Amino acid sequence: MAKMKGAIVVNTERCKGCELCAVACPFDLIKLAERVVNRHGYRYVEQVNSDACTGCTSCAIVCPDGCITVYRVKDSE
Amino acid sequence: MGNIISPENIVYQKPKLLNDTDMHYCPGCSHGVVHKLIAEVIEEMGLEEKAVGVSPVGCAVFAYKYIDIDWQEAAHGRAPAIATAIKRLWPDRLVFTYQGDGDLACIGTAETIHALNRGENIAIIFINNAIYGMTGGQMAPTTLMGMKTATCPYGRQADLHGYPLKITELAAQLEGTCYVTRQSVHSVAAIRKAKRAIRQAFENSVNRRGSSLVEIVSTCSSGWKKTPVEANQWMEEHMFDFYHVGDLKV
Repeated sequence: MAKMKGAIVVNTERCKGCELCAVACPFDLIKLAERVVNRHGYRYVEQVNSDACTGCTSCAIVCPDGCITVYRVKDSE
Repeated sequence: MGNIISPENIVYQKPKLLNDTDMHYCPGCSHGVVHKLIAEVIEEMGLEEKAVGVSPVGCAVFAYKYIDIDWQEAAHGRAPAIATAIKRLWPDRLVFTYQGDGDLACIGTAETIHALNRGENIAIIFINNAIYGMTGGQMAPTTLMGMKTATCPYGRQADLHGYPLKITELAAQLEGTCYVTRQSVHSVAAIRKAKRAIRQAFENSVNRRGSSLVEIVSTCSSGWKKTPVEANQWMEEHMFDFYHVGDLKV
């Protein structure tokens, strides 16, 4: 079966660091970035292990502010 | 990695109808998810030019700034009355109200019940987080028994404050309603179900089948004094025992 490979891009200026995406991620790939804040003073999230992402969109579906764009391709290997 | 991130590989993004304006909601607020679902459903139905929302007084008072459709702001609790007028004057439009529990279940109970009972062809989206969020976490008609708020610091007691109001159960008894459901937006599965419910309600409005009420059991992490993640867990543990999720009238 072809494996799916995914990637996310977080709109860090829109993110409020609620971490609902981190809970929703089935592979635990999203964490709050350390020691940085956006222009509103919120900490924001980042993807920590991009290789394991399958592009399942769970993080983006639960995001209340629509900050996450999800990309997905079939893994050619 | 680099070649994955290109426009043709996008599988999920912020709906186009949701403006780039930053939403004023607290981190993790359920309002954001429901706004997103409404924008997605209107886009999927192709009703960008035919949708009219009526925004309430409460946290969602600025809903008109966030979703790029026509909006009318209503006085506190009067959204169903305004929506009635809009739908009667413009029968081909999708008309919906977006109200919180302080707006719909307290000051606007009369308008809500009578609009539903008249069978106005409108959809009502009811965000129930069991507290007054915007004004600082006071007790709402929907506050659970024993729940602590700014105005019932020892917990809600029946002899002093009465019982929580189940508007959705009331609405299901009315002849004018065609679709009454209670949903939540705390997980991916719940959000998918809530989206289907909103779509059903909007289709009922467009096709003039009667009134629809979609209650969304929601969180208020600031009012409940919890983190967004804890608020979702608290909602699952406490709210769903009293506010049972599911269709009440189909």
